Amino acid sequence: MSKVSLEINGKKISKEIPDHTTLSIFLRDILNLTGTHVGCDTSQCGACVVHVDGKSIKSCTALAVDLDGSKITTIEGLTTNGKMHPMQEAFKKLHGLQCGFCTPGMVMSAIDLLKSKKNPSDTEIRDWLEGNICRCTGYQNIVAAVKEAASKM
Amino acid sequence: MKIFNYHSAKDVKEASKLSSSRSAFLAGGMTTIPSMKLGLASYKDIINIKGIKKLSGIKISGKKVTIGSTTRHAEVANSKEIKKAIPSLSALAEGIGDPQVRNRGTIGGSIANNDPAADYPSACIALNAVIHTNNRKIDAEKFFRGMFETSLKSGEIIESIEFAIPQKSSYQKYPNPASRYAIVGVYVAKHKSGVNVAVTGAKSCVYNDKNLSDILSKSFSADAINNTKISASGMNSDIHASADYRANMVKVFC
Repeated sequence: MSKVSLEINGKKISKEIPDHTTLSIFLRDILNLTGTHVGCDTSQCGACVVHVDGKSIKSCTALAVDLDGSKITTIEGLTTNGKMHPMQEAFKKLHGLQCGFCTPGMVMSAIDLLKSKKNPSDTEIRDWLEGNICRCTGYQNIVAAVKEAASKM
Repeated sequence: MKIFNYHSAKDVKEASKLSSSRSAFLAGGMTTIPSMKLGLASYKDIINIKGIKKLSGIKISGKKVTIGSTTRHAEVANSKEIKKAIPSLSALAEGIGDPQVRNRGTIGGSIANNDPAADYPSACIALNAVIHTNNRKIDAEKFFRGMFETSLKSGEIIESIEFAIPQKSSYQKYPNPASRYAIVGVYVAKHKSGVNVAVTGAKSCVYNDKNLSDILSKSFSADAINNTKISASGMNSDIHASADYRANMVKVFC
């Protein structure tokens, strides 16, 4: 067991947890932040993407204790005063999802892309999202949503 | 994942002291953590080395690029200094896995793991790298011993990797569409002393194709290898590519 202190969506949290707790389990099972999804659980599908100190990572493949002292943003942390983030708005407006399982990871990953590329091309968006797998939409509307969000952010 | 004791080492000496035959050093964890989750590996102790400041960072001096072992792929991919000194090396880092892997995975972790299809081992061979550990300096040619095997000893920690800046170089790979690991990757580097042709993904371990290296050292042109036949003997054969296909890819990328 180790004590881990993190800032999650702006809130400071300290917990005593088993050393082998992954960040995804910590978020979902201990903090009940179930917006972060676990799909493959082998760092391939990207449903579990969150931001750690501003950078996107796959939370199923990081130990919570290893991130002690970090600032973490999950999908739940994107809204401000009940208003959706422009990326969430764009996904909703352009139907960038069907079943919605991959969506939290897609949104978190896409927001990270826009930090370094303000107006990414279709190719840049597709390249960036190669670690996020969607089995419903065929990606067309996801790419369109990211472009729409880029024009609003 | 089986339970283990987690340690965060403050310096290399402490990390080395904590290690045993049942421990693993944790850098990015991009292979270690999935391996533990899949039950392919289990350890009594996991020793995090990312808190050790001197293991991270990029230094360029004269004819060398030195990268600390816990430097992440994204840092190498985005480094302006590396882009200028060895553009093929930053391009290689840019092509590893996906953005999230590049935000966590480290160069030291990649070469210590020595996956037969990993990208960085080919850079080490092509760029005459010297691997600096807490005990010694190891030439890349002697470092990669076989599939997932290196010459690192128990408790030995990679501190940095020193690459020679070549006159010309390029890394080309056919990435596995799912994992982005190299089905075949070829790193060609022209140094004053000669040319290296490092091949990854094709066999059980990265290697320097001496025949291609010799030919290109004498005549550095694509035409020089036109009549060279690459043997498929010892090449990997799987659902992604046959041995013959891989042998041909070596020539195509070279």
